[in-house]
Amino acid sequence: MASMARRLFHNRIGFAGFVLCVVVLVAALFAPLLATHGPREQSIRDRFQGPSAQHVLGTDNFGRDVYSRILYGFRTSIAVAFGAVGIAALLGSAAGLAAAYFGGWTDRLLMRSMDVLLAFPIILLAIAVLAVLGPGSVNTALAIGIVYLPIFARLARGPALTVLSWDYVAAARALGAGGLRVVMRHVLPNVMAPLLVQLTLSLSTAILVEASLSFLGLGTQPPTPSLGLMLSESRDYMLISGWTSFFSGFAILIASLGFNLFGDGLRDIVDPALRGVDG
Amino acid sequence: MTTYVIRRLLDLAFVLFGVSVLIFMMLRLIPGDAVAIMLGANIDITPERIEALRRQLGLHLPLHQQYAQWLGGVLQGDFGRSVWTGRPVADEIVGRLPVTLQLSFMALAFAIVVSFPLGMLAAGARGGRADAVVRLASIVGLTLPSFWVGVLLLYVTSMYLPAWPTIGYVPFVEDPVGNLARMALPTFAVALPMIAALTRILRSSLLDVLSLDYIRTGKAKGLATRTLFYKHALRNAMIPVITVIGVQVGYLLSGVVVIEQVFAIPGLGRLVIGAINERNYPLAQGVILVATVVFVFVNLVVDLAYAWIDPRVEYT
Repeated sequence: MASMARRLFHNRIGFAGFVLCVVVLVAALFAPLLATHGPREQSIRDRFQGPSAQHVLGTDNFGRDVYSRILYGFRTSIAVAFGAVGIAALLGSAAGLAAAYFGGWTDRLLMRSMDVLLAFPIILLAIAVLAVLGPGSVNTALAIGIVYLPIFARLARGPALTVLSWDYVAAARALGAGGLRVVMRHVLPNVMAPLLVQLTLSLSTAILVEASLSFLGLGTQPPTPSLGLMLSESRDYMLISGWTSFFSGFAILIASLGFNLFGDGLRDIVDPALRGVDG
Repeated sequence: MTTYVIRRLLDLAFVLFGVSVLIFMMLRLIPGDAVAIMLGANIDITPERIEALRRQLGLHLPLHQQYAQWLGGVLQGDFGRSVWTGRPVADEIVGRLPVTLQLSFMALAFAIVVSFPLGMLAAGARGGRADAVVRLASIVGLTLPSFWVGVLLLYVTSMYLPAWPTIGYVPFVEDPVGNLARMALPTFAVALPMIAALTRILRSSLLDVLSLDYIRTGKAKGLATRTLFYKHALRNAMIPVITVIGVQVGYLLSGVVVIEQVFAIPGLGRLVIGAINERNYPLAQGVILVATVVFVFVNLVVDLAYAWIDPRVEYT
């Protein structure tokens, strides 16, 4: 672990990503402390103001403070992305491990179902799920979680199959280890590294998908501050206050970029074969 | 190869069956009475209206009969009727599909045309300044929200080029120049992430290939760098690029759905969002089904092209 941290420090791209992630996470976690205004606090008199000492990033069409709303927007993005990826990683890798362990019909049925989910263009599957569940942050997390299930199922299944064929697993079984024990103690640690990398990269894209869905009006609903929603609302007043559009979109980029760079760095560290070519 | 194609087609049949079941179930999984929700969005609910719509949708039948009826219709191009306009869903889709396809193909072509020189430039100048710039740009480009780029492009053009037509759509056959002018900005916005992904994979794939023995042999026998690069390296470096194109088409379609909303382009994306907002479920189902089937076939073509180009692919 310590050597991993040291290697991350030397991987410039990964380290830059790490720093961005920390910034976004701190902003999301401590939004109430860092915000200068309430995220829903309106003041029609102060609408459409440019950046100033009082409103660092200006105000929107209701006179709400854009900087404070972005901090709370990070909160929504992070909560939805972590929820979605958490669901996908837990259920997806459980499905992948079960498929690898049981083989046969279980394997075929599970993995074919995953193929069906993969057949949809991601945003359309998410839209279909939201059409059924209705809009909102929690449902958005569920929808993105379902969309990402197959990624983790496939990722866990491949290496798990390899590990299960190794002699030491056969030895553990011969010693009387049960199925769950074999999977948890021997298989899981061996597939952990690629799963962690995928987890980080998925957070990056989940932030983008949440922003897209909210932008389309199907995700997070007003008045909950969401970056995609802010960008969407700002379009009508773009020529009066272009900065709201700029800052809210830039915030989406920063959040997504941070996790992408960090995941990229992690991959270089975890998979030394790729080092130097990609990173 | 033939067995591979057959296997691939069998897989395809299963996947399409699964997709059809999921989309069929959409309407049935909606919590509460989907029919009342659909009607309630626009007009007063009366028991007669509910019953009429339920019969029209075949919801009074047992589930398996509903599915058989629905699928039978779909296979004959009958996706049901739009709840509000009463027009066949198929007609609505046929009207919008060319718009979405045009935008998708333009973005795909643009991405390929731009990313090849960039990827080759970066690989050729490995470790140099051009390489560093291209690499950094391709990492950022990958996470660039295309709808944000779209909004910024709209802003910049309306500020500095107010005469440029940015919003809406005119068919190519009616006004080719107007069509392309309106499509230019959305094409650029949708293509950006794909340019980033393709440049990145082409660069690393080229670097992989350039370090192989046969390239060294070529160098030793005195081949010109140019010949080596274009004739020998590029071809082999193409293989992973094709895989990534296949993966990226999915993101491209997602980008198109969102960008249509930004530029008010009347394609499938706008159709499906509108359908969901007004609870017009048969229309939403139809659009999602058609778009997914198109996507599945694009993936099939990519897979087959891949197997055809790279004879080493194991047909398992």
